[in-house]
Amino acid sequence: MEKIFQKLSLSSATLVFILLIGIFITLYTAAKPAIDEFGLHFILNPDWNKELVIESPSVTTDSTTKNIEDDTIVDEDDMIADEDDDMLLDDEDDAVKTIYGGLVPIIGTLLTTIIALAFALPIAMGIAVFLAEIAPKNISYIVGIAIELLAAIPSIIFGMWGLYYFAPIISNLVGGYQVSLLTAGLVLGVMILPFMAAITRDSMNTTPAVLKESAYALGATKFEVIKDIIFPYSKVGIIGSIILALGRALGETMAVAFLIGSIFVLPHKVTDPTISIPVAMANNFGEASGLGESALFYLALILFIISFAIISLAKFYFLKKAK
Amino acid sequence: MRLLINKIFLALSILSAGIGLAFLAWILITLFMKGLSSFHFSLFLNDLIDGGLRNLIIGQMILAGLASIIGIPLGMTAGIYIQEYGQGRYAALIRDLSDIMMSAPSIVIGAFVYAIVVVPMGGTSGWAGAIALAIMMIPVVINTTDSMLSLVPRELREAGIALGASKYKVIIDIVIRAAKVGIMTGILLAFARIIGETAPLLFTSETSNYFSLNLNESFPSLTVSIYDLANEPEESSRDLAWAASFILTVMVLIINLTGRFITRNKK
Repeated sequence: MEKIFQKLSLSSATLVFILLIGIFITLYTAAKPAIDEFGLHFILNPDWNKELVIESPSVTTDSTTKNIEDDTIVDEDDMIADEDDDMLLDDEDDAVKTIYGGLVPIIGTLLTTIIALAFALPIAMGIAVFLAEIAPKNISYIVGIAIELLAAIPSIIFGMWGLYYFAPIISNLVGGYQVSLLTAGLVLGVMILPFMAAITRDSMNTTPAVLKESAYALGATKFEVIKDIIFPYSKVGIIGSIILALGRALGETMAVAFLIGSIFVLPHKVTDPTISIPVAMANNFGEASGLGESALFYLALILFIISFAIISLAKFYFLKKAK
Repeated sequence: MRLLINKIFLALSILSAGIGLAFLAWILITLFMKGLSSFHFSLFLNDLIDGGLRNLIIGQMILAGLASIIGIPLGMTAGIYIQEYGQGRYAALIRDLSDIMMSAPSIVIGAFVYAIVVVPMGGTSGWAGAIALAIMMIPVVINTTDSMLSLVPRELREAGIALGASKYKVIIDIVIRAAKVGIMTGILLAFARIIGETAPLLFTSETSNYFSLNLNESFPSLTVSIYDLANEPEESSRDLAWAASFILTVMVLIINLTGRFITRNKK
C-alpha cells in the first residue's frame, strides 16, 4: 500500500513534466509545416494570408516585405478564399502561394503589453504602498479583499465592459477608433492592475518592521521610509512581480479580443486597430486548415516560448533572490 | 519641504488606490445594472436556443466539475510528492515547472488540447474542454497543496511515525487532515478561476445552443457563448450576454468569498 501510494504521487508529479514537454513537442510538430515553409523569416513578415504569385521558384518571400502595409487591407476577403488555396499548396508547380507572417500579431502583443504595463505600473505601486504602509489595518484588509476580488473577475467581463463602456470614453478623449491598440492596452492594464498590486504589496510586507522603525526613529518621513528603506529592500521582489504581471498580460486573450479590432494590419498610431497572438488564435483557429492552421500553431509556439522565458526569469532570478 | 513631498506622495498613493477601487466599482456597477435589467428567472428554465441560459450554466458547471475530478487528485498527489516524498532536485524541478505552467497562456493550453484531443477525436467535445480546464487547474492545486503541507509542523509527522504508522498513513490521516482547510480554500479558488475561463474552451468544447450531456460532441459553455453573443449585432443577444456575465461573476465571487470565509473562520 505504501509503495502504491508513493508510486502514484510520483507519477502525478511526473505528469507535470510530461505535460510541459508535451506542449512543446505538440506545438512544434503542429507548427512544423509553417516552420519549414517560412523559417525564422516568419517573425519579420507582416503579411498574413496573402496570396503571392510566383513565376519562378527562386523568388522568395523577401520581395513582399518591402511593399508592405497598405496591401494587407485585402486580408479579410482573402480569408474566405483561404481553404481552396491550402489544398492547392501541395502542388509545387502552382503559381499561387499563400504566405503567412507573424510580425503583425507579434508587434500587437508586445505593444498592448507595454501600454498595459505603463498604465498599470504607477497605479499598482500606489495601491501597494497604500495597502502596505498608509491605510489603517482594517481599511487595508477590506480594500485588499476588494482588489483581490477584482483579480478574480473573469477576463471576458473586462473585455465586454471595455468594449461597451470604457472604449467609447477613451476614443472621445483622444480620437481614433474605439477598437485600437490603446483601448486594448488600457483594459489589459485595468485587468492586471489588481494582480500586480496584490503581489507588490506582499513583497513590500516582507520588509522587517525593525528597519522601518529605526528609520522613523531617526525622524524620516513616510515617503523617505518607503523610498529609502522599503523599496530598496523589496526591489527584487517587486521587479519579479512586475514581470509576472507582464507574463500574464502577454497571454491574455479575452480582454484583448473584444478591443483590438482583430485585423492583420500594422498599426501606425496607437489608436489604430491591429491584432495580437492570442486573439489571432482565438478568432482564426476555427476556420483555419492546412498551412494557415500550422502558422497559428507557430504563433502559439512563439507565444509559449516568450512567456516561458519571461516567467522563468521572474521566478528563478528575481523571486528566488527575494527570498 | 520634506513634509510637503511626503504629503504629495501620500496623496498620490491614496489617489491611485482610489482609482483602482473606482475601476472595480465601475465594472461591478455596469455589470449589475446591465445584468439585472436583462435578468429574468426564465433564463434558468430555457436553453439558449429559446433565449435562456439553462444549458450553458449546466454545461459550464459540468466542464469545470469534470476538470476538478481529473485535476484535483492529480494535483494533490503531485503536491504531496513534492512536499513529502520528493527529495532534492527532482521535486524542486517539478515545483518550478508547475509554477511556470500556472502562468502559461490559457489559449496555448487550448491549442495543445486541440492538437492532442480534438484532432484525433475528429471534432470539438466536452471531454476536450474538461481536459483543457483540468490542465489549467493542476498547477494551481499543486501549488496550494505544496504550500499548505509545508505549514504542517514536523512534530505531527514525527509523532505519527513514532506510533508506528506507515508514511502514507501519516500523510493521509495526519498531514492532510491538518492542512485540510487551506487545501480546500485553494481548491475553491482554483475552481473559481477555471469556471470563468474562456480561451481554453474556444476550440476544445466550443459551445452549443442545445441542452447536452453527451461529452463526445460540442458542449454548451457559458463563457464561450458570452463571447459569441457579445459580438452579435442584435441588442437582445448582447443583453443576454450581460445577463450571462452577471450570473457568471456572481458564481465566481460567491465561490471566492466562500473560500475566504472558510479560512477566516478557521483562524
